[in-house]
Amino acid sequence: MKITICIGSSCHIKGSRQVVGQLQELISERGLEDKIELSGAFCMNNCQKGVCVTVDGELYSVTPETVKDFFENTALKKLG
Amino acid sequence: MRKFDTKVQYLKYKVLREVARQAWNGTLYENLFEIPKIIVPGNTPTMRCCVYKERAILSERVKIAMGGDKGDPNVIEVIETACDECPMGGYEITNSCRGCLANRCEDVCKRGAISFDHNHVAHIDKSKCVDCGACAKVCPFSAIVNRKRPCQSACKVKAISMDENKAAKIDENKCIACGACVYQCPFGAITDKSYILEVIDFIKESADNSAYKVYALVAPSISSQFTYAKHGQVISGLKKLGFYTVIEAALGADMVAYYESEELYEKGFLMSSCCPAFVSYIEKNFPGLDKYISHNLSPMATIAKYIKSTDPTAKVVFIGPCTAKKAEVRKEEVSKYVDSAVTFEELQALFDSRDIDITSLDDDVLDNASYYGRIFARCGGLADAVRQGLKERGRSDFELRPTSCDGIEECRTALLKKSKNVLNSNFVEGMACVGGCIGGAGCLTHGEKNKAEVDKYGAEAYEKTITDAISVIKNI
Repeated sequence: MKITICIGSSCHIKGSRQVVGQLQELISERGLEDKIELSGAFCMNNCQKGVCVTVDGELYSVTPETVKDFFENTALKKLG
Repeated sequence: MRKFDTKVQYLKYKVLREVARQAWNGTLYENLFEIPKIIVPGNTPTMRCCVYKERAILSERVKIAMGGDKGDPNVIEVIETACDECPMGGYEITNSCRGCLANRCEDVCKRGAISFDHNHVAHIDKSKCVDCGACAKVCPFSAIVNRKRPCQSACKVKAISMDENKAAKIDENKCIACGACVYQCPFGAITDKSYILEVIDFIKESADNSAYKVYALVAPSISSQFTYAKHGQVISGLKKLGFYTVIEAALGADMVAYYESEELYEKGFLMSSCCPAFVSYIEKNFPGLDKYISHNLSPMATIAKYIKSTDPTAKVVFIGPCTAKKAEVRKEEVSKYVDSAVTFEELQALFDSRDIDITSLDDDVLDNASYYGRIFARCGGLADAVRQGLKERGRSDFELRPTSCDGIEECRTALLKKSKNVLNSNFVEGMACVGGCIGGAGCLTHGEKNKAEVDKYGAEAYEKTITDAISVIKNI
């Protein structure tokens, strides 16, 4: 599974760095490094919804506060 | 009229704007020969002896706005017809010489080049004079002047001479494409080739960024430019022009500071690779020292490489103050990451070619880099960032002794010292332009406040450390 986080300016000031950092921790806590690939993109054309994150191409809006919930209830479920 | 330092810049801008206008409309080749007439209508000359000469020169400017002489690899080109063949006789006595009794000029001349006629008026024997200027300094009437061409005075690497027609000629083996002559020639006879047509084509052919995306990579010195509008309005303007998004080249500077500090720690001595004119100067004049040049790509190329790793079909356009960047993007190791480079002057022309009034636009955001990445735009910033990089990497045991060279003459001094093993520092920050990038020839304006603007812009960065700024990139 590929999770892409927007690191463009607008998302960056809404907390991309914290989102990336937390996702990385969550993935390593569960030892899912082989199954989930993290990547970055500059702008996903949905700046109002930042921080923009896509999971296998599907767009989600995440914040540093909601990232854990997003990971557990959205990303992990998708992973099955 | 937009704010430029000189009317020469304004003229160049008018040509670029018109070429761009025609290119957007798809009528450039159809109207190519009309452009000089559009810029100089009527029969009254405003710049030269007659409108025909003005138009002849303008047609040369149009060619350069369209990329210039393809057979000449230099990005700086002389317009022979525009060169006014300025006097270049060196030190001369003018009629302000009053034939005084003191004769300080004679006393100070170590070459015995000064003699006096029957009216006691001084004369310089050109076969003896070495142009040291000592006589001019002591003359109480300021009667001795130095007739030197502005282009030659500006060119500190001595790449400019005179051809058989007395027009300026650039020695390709010496020119570092810094653009000092471009900015200093009062007749606008030396100019940087423009690649705005490449950029317009990228944008047009992207079909609103659907075929591929066009990224604008903006140098941090932009903080001292477009001062008639808000910084965020320039970003909106770029998007309106058709760029998919705008990214700070300063984020590449953060990456460079992070990696270069480690490279310095490992090697013990290093010279910066950020300024393409400095790198070119070393390669052309101090080939034995090129082993000390950092192996890092420049900030521009470093971040562009990352952009292309996230989006392999991306087109990346660098927008900055620098004419030498136009040469850098043509280097094999850089051209695969950066597709074109334009200057702030050219960006202004692009905005106006689409009638984009940036002052009427929303205030968008541009925030990728840290304070340290942003201050690369001014001399001393790179050394500060490397010091910070060492600190953040826990390398505080390494004593950084930087030499920040402000302009190519200071670079030369540092390189000469290094070549003789008498340079008492372990890091050379080389900036070919005085002041650093904010002194670049492609800036719209150059001013005293520019350094303060860069520092202020740096302090406004969301990220406060290099590690934080690049953590997103390092982790994904």
